[in-house]
Amino acid sequence: MPEAGTPALNGSGGRERVLVAMSGGVDSSVAAALLAESGVETVGVWMRLHDVADSYSEFKKSCCSLDAADDARRVAGQLGIPFYVLNLEREFGAGVLQPFLDAYLDGRTPSPCVDCNSYVKFGALLGKALRQYDCTAVATGHYARVDALEEADAPGGRRYRLLAGLDADKDQSYFLYGLRQDQLAHTMFPLGELTKPQVRDVARRYGLVTAEKPESQEICFVPGGDYRTALRDRAGWTETPGPLLDADGERLGEHRGAAAYTIGQRTGLGVALGEPRYVSSIDAAANVITLGKREDLYRDEFSVERVSFVAGEPPDDEFPTHVRIRHRAIPVPGTVSRRGHAWHVRLDTPTWAPAPGQAAVFYAGDEVIGGGRIARVQARP
Amino acid sequence: MTPAGVRSERPLTPSNIAPMSVYLDHAATTPLRPEVLEAMMPLLTTDYGNPSSVHGPGRKARAALDEAHERLAKGLNAQPREVIFTGGGSEAINLALKGVAWAGKGRGNRLITSAVEHHAVLHSLRHLEKFGFEIVVLPVDRYGRLDPEQLDAAINDRTILVSVMLANNEVGTIQPLADIVRRVRAHRGVAIHVDAIQAAPYLAIDVQELDVDLLSIAAHKFEGPKGMGALFVRHGTILLPQMHGGAQERYRRAGTENVAGAYGMAVAYEMARAEQPEVAPRLAALRDRLRDAVTALPSVELTGHPRKRLPGHLSVIARDVDGEALILNLDLAGIAASTGSACTTGSTDPSHVLTALGYPEEETRGSLRLTLGRTTTAAEIDEAVTLVPQTINRLRGATAALAHDPLGQQVGA
Repeated sequence: MPEAGTPALNGSGGRERVLVAMSGGVDSSVAAALLAESGVETVGVWMRLHDVADSYSEFKKSCCSLDAADDARRVAGQLGIPFYVLNLEREFGAGVLQPFLDAYLDGRTPSPCVDCNSYVKFGALLGKALRQYDCTAVATGHYARVDALEEADAPGGRRYRLLAGLDADKDQSYFLYGLRQDQLAHTMFPLGELTKPQVRDVARRYGLVTAEKPESQEICFVPGGDYRTALRDRAGWTETPGPLLDADGERLGEHRGAAAYTIGQRTGLGVALGEPRYVSSIDAAANVITLGKREDLYRDEFSVERVSFVAGEPPDDEFPTHVRIRHRAIPVPGTVSRRGHAWHVRLDTPTWAPAPGQAAVFYAGDEVIGGGRIARVQARP
Repeated sequence: MTPAGVRSERPLTPSNIAPMSVYLDHAATTPLRPEVLEAMMPLLTTDYGNPSSVHGPGRKARAALDEAHERLAKGLNAQPREVIFTGGGSEAINLALKGVAWAGKGRGNRLITSAVEHHAVLHSLRHLEKFGFEIVVLPVDRYGRLDPEQLDAAINDRTILVSVMLANNEVGTIQPLADIVRRVRAHRGVAIHVDAIQAAPYLAIDVQELDVDLLSIAAHKFEGPKGMGALFVRHGTILLPQMHGGAQERYRRAGTENVAGAYGMAVAYEMARAEQPEVAPRLAALRDRLRDAVTALPSVELTGHPRKRLPGHLSVIARDVDGEALILNLDLAGIAASTGSACTTGSTDPSHVLTALGYPEEETRGSLRLTLGRTTTAAEIDEAVTLVPQTINRLRGATAALAHDPLGQQVGA
């Protein structure tokens, strides 16, 4: 922050400056458009997060991620806002990529989008925005909302709340549960009150080149969608066949290596048993995969670690809540209680295939209370 | 789907890009000079003929193109037929290197250059390497200068070409070209190409005095139009064309000529050349003032040669400062600067030039290049003298804070 008495370094004449993370998709494009329209000084950035191989090669294929950067740049140009490519490869590697690979190698299900929000967008990028770019906030195209309540005993007299996006179909609050008060204080979600069709309408109204761009669903750093390629390329993983067991311990065949499976996975098992089988547990250390029938995978108790609460503190040592264990799943009522450093979740009705590593997020209505990563899932009696 | 080119009903918000007050990136490009645009205008409008046509409009265009050859050649002290107009500096370099390499394949295959050349040179040579040419990339000293003795030792009887830049784009260092050329000339049958693209605006180029075979220049570096370059090819130097088709440029570069561009380039070079005695010392003085202000900061080091460098060129490394953040903050503050070469992909690959000068990767991250041009004013330098050190100082604290908290887990602190 500039010291008192030094001239303001931003060319905005004192206008608030906000950094908007633009992915090249329609959502963040519209977030940038709405911000610019609102009159704040808007600076668009596209984050370079992994090695998209733009070093010189005569035989280089056209690169999808640089195409995304081009779209973001074009939209910024249409909006007349400054635009930069920021390199956050190291931060993304440490905060997202490595934990992602570690999770698979450890038999857990990774949650890269949660890590990316906590450590990259509202971590590394927010840090740069505040410390290096004289910004007051980072904005993204997430469908979620932040508001602030006046509260005397909160730091600065305000308590920030993280709320689901109004478009229940698009709500992305699940991925944002890890945000703390100090992060939310500098977070803006311009799309929080909009539906996807409204967002497309805004994009069309502005004639943005991304207005009709289809949704992207794949993990951004696993082009083609097969994470095993990433495991091979980035973690030196090789296929290590091991036993594939049925629920009763009977050997059904061989698997390709524990890291190639996640709990609840059906496809790729290569086993024809008449009835579909799903991965019900993974013992990475022993390289053993156990399968079960669909009904075998329902669970109602699990422990949650690395728990954080949006308010900074839990509501109580035990509290009723609704728990969501995957993006867009309907939150299930249950009770959360403290057990030392971890928390224990007991659901009123079983939920299908909670997996270690997955985020479990606690809701009170629209409000995100907090959440953590599923640690151990208790077998049902 | 919004039809392409159809504007939205709502006008876009007024641009909130900070008004650019100080342009200090003349090594990247320069503004088109109004006199040059004026000279080009008739050739873009009324005198639109194709120089290859036999009719009147064609003859008129041909006359303008001939005049452009004559005037540019005169400025370089060359013959009009020794000048080939190209679509820019990179094309001139590609034509020189590939043209001479392929033409000389029967005699030899060794091509020699330095580690600080522009990618147009290095990547052209890497391309040729795939076809059996042997590429020798010589190291440079800590200022970026090639050692003529080392060059001499690298030349053998298979050598057909040496390519060296006159002045470096990233660090501004001027090569000891006279000594280099003397060494090359001691060997028979070795052609020498000089990349004079950065040097052309500020150093008087005389191809006879330099005694070189090929020399590349680009118009937009001296207030001419973009997409316009020229290659000097000494009469008698054999090169194979790289663009085939019509008989343009004496069969050496096919394609209907950019007559207005060529004419504009000739006019721009003439003016730049005439003003060099006045411009170069003025820019050097302004540059020195800026250099003193920036290098007065702790841990800021000049890169490139302290004296044998382009007059308007300042390049430094600011240790413990994130160069990316520095350029972006200067831009937001209204100062157009660069890290060394035009790059917008967010790649963290360290500059090959600074690496060749011996700077470790960590230090190259704090590189900053400020390049002045003929239109740079003292008032602009006054502003830069205030803003650049201020921005470096501010970012130094921020960079340290980020190093302690790279994932922003204490942003509220």
